[in-house]
Amino acid sequence: MLKHTDNIIEVKNLVKKFGSFVANDNLTFNVKKGEIFGFLGANGAGKTTALRILSGLSYPTSGEVTVAGFDVYKEGEKVKKNIGYMSQKFSLYEDLTVRENIRFYGGIYGLSNKYIKEKTESLLERLKMKDIQNSLIKSLPLGWKQKIAFSVAIFHNPKIVFLDEPTGGVDPITRRDFWEMIYEASDSGITVFVTTHYMDEAEYCDRVSIMDQGRIEGLDTPGELKKQFNAKNMDEVFIKIAR
Amino acid sequence: MNEIAVEVQNLKKSYEKEEAVKGVSFSVSKGELFGLIGPDGAGKTSILRIITTLLFPTEGKITVLDSDVVKDYKKIRTNIGYMPQRFSLYQDLSVEENLTFFARIFGTTIEENYDLIKDIYSHIEPFKDRLAGKLSGGMKQKLALSCALIHSPDILILDEPTTGVDAVSRKEFWEMLIRLKEKGITILVSTPYMDEANLCDRVALIQNGDIMSIDTPEKIIGDFGQKLWAVKSNNIYQLINDLRRLDFIDTVFPFGEFLHVTSNTEDLNITELKSILNEKNHLGIKIQQVEANIEDCFMQLMTK
Repeated sequence: MLKHTDNIIEVKNLVKKFGSFVANDNLTFNVKKGEIFGFLGANGAGKTTALRILSGLSYPTSGEVTVAGFDVYKEGEKVKKNIGYMSQKFSLYEDLTVRENIRFYGGIYGLSNKYIKEKTESLLERLKMKDIQNSLIKSLPLGWKQKIAFSVAIFHNPKIVFLDEPTGGVDPITRRDFWEMIYEASDSGITVFVTTHYMDEAEYCDRVSIMDQGRIEGLDTPGELKKQFNAKNMDEVFIKIAR
Repeated sequence: MNEIAVEVQNLKKSYEKEEAVKGVSFSVSKGELFGLIGPDGAGKTSILRIITTLLFPTEGKITVLDSDVVKDYKKIRTNIGYMPQRFSLYQDLSVEENLTFFARIFGTTIEENYDLIKDIYSHIEPFKDRLAGKLSGGMKQKLALSCALIHSPDILILDEPTTGVDAVSRKEFWEMLIRLKEKGITILVSTPYMDEANLCDRVALIQNGDIMSIDTPEKIIGDFGQKLWAVKSNNIYQLINDLRRLDFIDTVFPFGEFLHVTSNTEDLNITELKSILNEKNHLGIKIQQVEANIEDCFMQLMTK
């Protein structure tokens, strides 16, 4: 697709060691601007380690990594300003209301009060959550929390949003609602970097990388990966790589 | 002899004001692999904890091998093996110490029932001196299953054993369950992964404390009753929006690389739909009729 031209993430020969254990073994890959990039792998394959480095929470042992144009060694704070992050154990405050959570994150990213106020209104409108804006997060169903957590993660218009198993445990309709929010974010130019254990979700990605034992063993569009591994779906591709 | 292993009649469970289980009934036959399929918050864990005598029901009659879960809880506990969702072995005991501990609690030994667990335990036996807390996720899971089986229970009850587990380990875990079933053990398992329903003899699809359907996976799929089309184009997001605006389209859900689409009309005119989508500048359009799967059925039942 034409919209994917510039690289927003560039990783060259990334190595991360913990003592003698090599968690990331010479990773090289790029993520293009605006793409939905699926980052898959078995438990313990090294996904979380790489994700932490890309989001400026940890340093590589060696290699070159730039995220949103910034060097993760020297410009970690700039990296953090330009990304959003949402994990499975989302970071919303359970004993704050929906509105207070949005206000809090807006403040953290240094957005103006005026901007926060306006954007909060339009966000609540779009999420159809006006009626519950003053409810505590802990009183809400899991699926609603996930939608709010995602909205909060992209509230400051980051260039990239990292989603770490965002859809675990929700019902199939809510899971699909969530993916439509991802499509929408991607359509508006935000790059989406997502990990998941649901192999059907891998098919929703523009490109997918599959890690095994610290290495990337497959990286292409779902269609090409299926051809390459002679598999009828991504589940089979994954099993051929990781088993 | 009664061929029913677990009988649940009109089970209700409330926590203060919240009704987590709203009157469910089902039975599990001896030797059956029965799945409770549903998302977080559906009530799966409450049901399993009541069957394992760890929680009291608010209402209802529940029996396990003809014993009542409230009155005869001690008897039931010797007959069941339970693997809770959270890893609940002793992290600071070794693999072998954990297994010995569970064997002794039930007055048996590892040797006595080794045959039953051999298949599973042999994978982690080389690490038997390692502390349980130092095991990888997949190894913890195998140890937990070994400990749940070491007293040779008649019924094995597993609460979301595959949640957060990668696709390969999930597949291996189900292969282990199927081999246990072949040894005659009755298995009751809960999962949020809809595709795992196909590996069960019968399933209950559960949502918000209610069972929406109980049957064999084949029968549930057979009851879908609507024609289903898989549709794709080069711009899936635009395609979702365009399809939803058409009045003859009923539901549109992303499904892998395709969208699964149902129609309000008896049949869908593929040629007509193609030309509509062509006019909207979609490229690479594919439309084909497909069989529904359990997830399609679950979503249809949810929207009923």
